[in-house]
Amino acid sequence: MTVFGTDLSEVADLAVSHAYLAGLPLVLGLLISLPLGWLALRRRWLYPPVIAGTGLLYTIPSLALFVLLPGIIGTQILDPVNVIVAMTLYTIALLTRTVADGLGSVPDPVRQAATAIGYGPVRRFFVVELPLAVPVISAGLRVAAVSNVSMVSVAALIGVSQLGMLFTDGFSRSAMGPILVGVIACVLLAILFDLLILLGTRVLTPWLRVVRA
Amino acid sequence: MIRLEAVTKQYDEGTPAVDNLTLEAGTGEITVLVGPSGCGKTTSLRMINRMIEPTSGRILIDGQDTAQVPAARLRRDIGYVIQHAGLFPHRTVLHNVMTVPRLNGWGRARAETRAREVLELVGLPGDFARRYPGQLSGGQQQRVGVARALASDPSVMLMDEPFSAVDPIAREGLQDDLLRLQGELGTTIVLVTHDIDEAIKLGHRVAVLRQGGRLAQFSSPADLLAHPADDFVADFVGRDRGYRALSFQQHEVPVHPEEPVPLGQPLTRRGDEWLLAVDEESRPQGWVVPGEVGDAPVGREHLHRGGTVASVDGSLRALLDAALSSPSGRGVVVRDGVLAGTVRAEEVLAAIQAAPRPDGTSIQDERP
Repeated sequence: MTVFGTDLSEVADLAVSHAYLAGLPLVLGLLISLPLGWLALRRRWLYPPVIAGTGLLYTIPSLALFVLLPGIIGTQILDPVNVIVAMTLYTIALLTRTVADGLGSVPDPVRQAATAIGYGPVRRFFVVELPLAVPVISAGLRVAAVSNVSMVSVAALIGVSQLGMLFTDGFSRSAMGPILVGVIACVLLAILFDLLILLGTRVLTPWLRVVRA
Repeated sequence: MIRLEAVTKQYDEGTPAVDNLTLEAGTGEITVLVGPSGCGKTTSLRMINRMIEPTSGRILIDGQDTAQVPAARLRRDIGYVIQHAGLFPHRTVLHNVMTVPRLNGWGRARAETRAREVLELVGLPGDFARRYPGQLSGGQQQRVGVARALASDPSVMLMDEPFSAVDPIAREGLQDDLLRLQGELGTTIVLVTHDIDEAIKLGHRVAVLRQGGRLAQFSSPADLLAHPADDFVADFVGRDRGYRALSFQQHEVPVHPEEPVPLGQPLTRRGDEWLLAVDEESRPQGWVVPGEVGDAPVGREHLHRGGTVASVDGSLRALLDAALSSPSGRGVVVRDGVLAGTVRAEEVLAAIQAAPRPDGTSIQDERP
């Protein structure tokens, strides 16, 4: 089936690849941001350099990063790993501050009670602080998800296959069709990511719904 | 027994938060640390479960130096209640209370049975277990906090301003329940408060601390009221000390027979005299004036409820208050809720005169 002169099965393939290139870094970035954010919060003097440092990552133009990375980490220029690494860096840039602030939003009496009850610092982090930081972290994750979905398309310029290919294709043929389809597919993908994160948050925070009700 | 030996906490600069504090909290007793803000009472409390490490000195629990026990391990054996309860908002009441038994390695089923038991104990039965802390009032949250601290049946419980953030009516109930629970369980409690009335009500022993974490006086509440060690303590303990001290004094007072009138029946006596109305079980309900009742049956709308009711074995303060507050001048006295008779203010005063005063043998302030 074709829409605006674009083969939908091909679009589906590109979308799957796009989701992978945007989604995997989201997960990796979150996993790396958690210890970074925790460290920034726990060691007060680390907060400014860590937050400023990770924040600066976001100002590196994506195209430049895609081109520079192979030289730094020793990959082929067309290797999708470059995109994964770059997008992970952007995710870290957006999430580290959110994680630190999310963990910081845990009420002090709760943290103290957890300590007084006999939780060690690691256990306290996983069963008390992290669950309570979920709403704040999830908000940051939604921003990062949308940002990733949009930014990944730039990787079409270095020949990594995903929905961005539709833009370069449309541009080179002066055809509006593929560009339009690409934009719609990106938007739908971003909405899908958003819904998944919302759903996950809902499942992880049953107490919030009850209290608001 | 909890023993603080010459404990000092000194932060980087300035005066110490706690200065050479030596104190013993007796087993099965409530020891209250009280003082103005900045007197180091919370710091002292937190050094007991090593939330704060002392700069020097030792703390022993039943002879064991707490510095020798891993901190997390130590804390699991000590119940801890803080001002805003500090409940975990993401866990139900039941799971909040199950936390400590689970940490201590209890199985799920056993921990749950125990949690329901202690929730019952603090007056939050059944249905509360499934709620989240955000669905409870401040007083109820604090009850859950107490339940959580009691869940693994600790022999020692630390309480940091547990009832300060609760409205006065709920606070009264929580205090009474704590006294009842402590009486039943015999838990050794160290409680911190800035409220001298709470200290006097709850403490078997009260330690008054002054600024800079120095012990000003350590004695029974009665002694504290009767013999403040110095101007600071006298000031801190406040007004009406003599009257408040009567709470801790008991003495025989003559109880006069009182001929009550039953509620719901017409009066058989006339006159201007106040008459005491009782229900079917002989429990005092209030005073009536025959002139106001007329020929109608005595109803609740006729009752004057001004008088307080004292127990026959109550304190002299309760008996005096019953006499002073009664519209008839006759103070109502009950035994197990049932009318026992009435007392007269002048006879209570005579008993007060006759009663022995606290002798002022304060527990020795052990500073060198």
